[in-house]
Amino acid sequence: MVNPNAGWKEIPWGGKIVEAGNAREYETGSWRAQQPVVDQETCINCLECWVFCPDVSIDVKDGEMVGFHLRFCKGCGICASICPVEAITMVAEAEAEGS
Amino acid sequence: MSRFEAMDGNAATAEAMRQINPDVVPAYPITPQTSTVQTFSQFVADGEVDTEFIRVESEHSAMAACIGASAAGGRVMTATSANGLALMWEMVYIAASNRTPIVMTVVNRALSGPINIHCDHSDSMGARDAGWIQLFGENPQEGYDNCIQAVRIAEHEDVLLPVMSMYDGFITSHGLERVQIEDDGAIKDFVGPFTAHEALLDVDHPVTYGPLDFYDFYMEHKRQQVEGMKHARRVILEVAADFEKRFGRHYGFFDGYRLDDAELALVVLSSTAGTARSVVDDLRSQGLKVGLLKPRVFRPFPAEELADALRDKAVVGVMDRSDSFGALGGPLFMELSAAFKIHDVPAKTVDYVFGLGGRDTTPDQIESVFRDLAGIAETGKIQQPVTYLGVRE
Ligand code: SF4
Ligand code: SF4
Repeated sequence: MVNPNAGWKEIPWGGKIVEAGNAREYETGSWRAQQPVVDQETCINCLECWVFCPDVSIDVKDGEMVGFHLRFCKGCGICASICPVEAITMVAEAEAEGS
Repeated sequence: MSRFEAMDGNAATAEAMRQINPDVVPAYPITPQTSTVQTFSQFVADGEVDTEFIRVESEHSAMAACIGASAAGGRVMTATSANGLALMWEMVYIAASNRTPIVMTVVNRALSGPINIHCDHSDSMGARDAGWIQLFGENPQEGYDNCIQAVRIAEHEDVLLPVMSMYDGFITSHGLERVQIEDDGAIKDFVGPFTAHEALLDVDHPVTYGPLDFYDFYMEHKRQQVEGMKHARRVILEVAADFEKRFGRHYGFFDGYRLDDAELALVVLSSTAGTARSVVDDLRSQGLKVGLLKPRVFRPFPAEELADALRDKAVVGVMDRSDSFGALGGPLFMELSAAFKIHDVPAKTVDYVFGLGGRDTTPDQIESVFRDLAGIAETGKIQQPVTYLGVRE
């Protein structure tokens, strides 16, 4: 990814992104005001949250929903809204950090 | 072999486009540009070009399609006028910011309102800060020649900026003149094959065009555009030199007529320069030391070169075919006045706004401008910095 301190001579012309998949380097997690928290007991692993998360931030292992990639999760709440069994709740970021 | 034909400006431009054979032409009709793309669309229908012609639902879509096609990796051209250019507005800026080397003929027409289809320069002058290179042509020949040179200028890897090629609506767009049309093969050689830079369709090197660009990088990208314009100054002259070598017609930043020893100089763009030349001849025969400077390149503005060409004149009269309401005068006058100040040109300067909405500009009026300039030279006094030429009081 382009160095954040790079001068105008060093960066690609016209604001183009010339490196594929470098959104990985851009940590959108810091934008979050609310954090999703999953109740694993309630979760039925339907993975609808994985389908709908706009930031690919649902962590799935061996076909099971195991949590969130908090470096990227923007706290939009779509997962909580889409979950058919209401396994996800959104909690204030400050509270989540304190817990 | 080149050939001579009687052609109006739009037919000559369509002929240039046929010879350039661009990959994509998205266009929407608007007077007085319409016959340019109409003639070109006939070439497409007749299979004379390989171009993908996209009939869009508006000029905004036309420029959006131009940007998309250019980003995808094609050579792209279009044409518009006045309100069509206005409807493209946000896309016009985005074309320049994305560094898509689109070539667009802008047939100058008054920008409404009240609605008017005749010539003035308010359309393209309004776009002077959009980041496009702007060339103004006097007649169908210059429309043809500028269109061809524009391709090379826009696509130069040190420039990569879109170019607008202007000529006067109806006067030039629909006025038949003798035009020297070059050989198809010679034009093909001159423009050369298109080299795409970071094309969207180059799937082995994926690239994103137009992502969000905030306070952390936006200013650097604007600075890059400035650099492209700086390089354009050199490239415009290089391309003109190569054009002259191959086709014999000379182009530069501007064209002087009986200017070197003139004491009074008139600066005017496009077709009015033709009328002004005959007035210069008349007044010269009466012993008045008058001359003419017709700018060709408005963006990048060749400030230093214009200052040097006019440095020793007593009075310089600028004729502006558009106004900048609430400003100190028309855009050409303001830029030239700034150039004089920055480059220490002592000449007195006055502005004449003329020809708005197609108002006829007669040799008598141009003569009256020169008489004014002579009066200023004699008295050393400017009575009126901006005069509205031919307006009824
Ligand atoms: S949508 Fe709800 S139930 Fe389905 S996987 Fe996600 S958290 Fe579990
Ligand atoms: S809150 Fe939004 S970004 Fe975060 S995991 Fe849920 S859907 Fe994805």
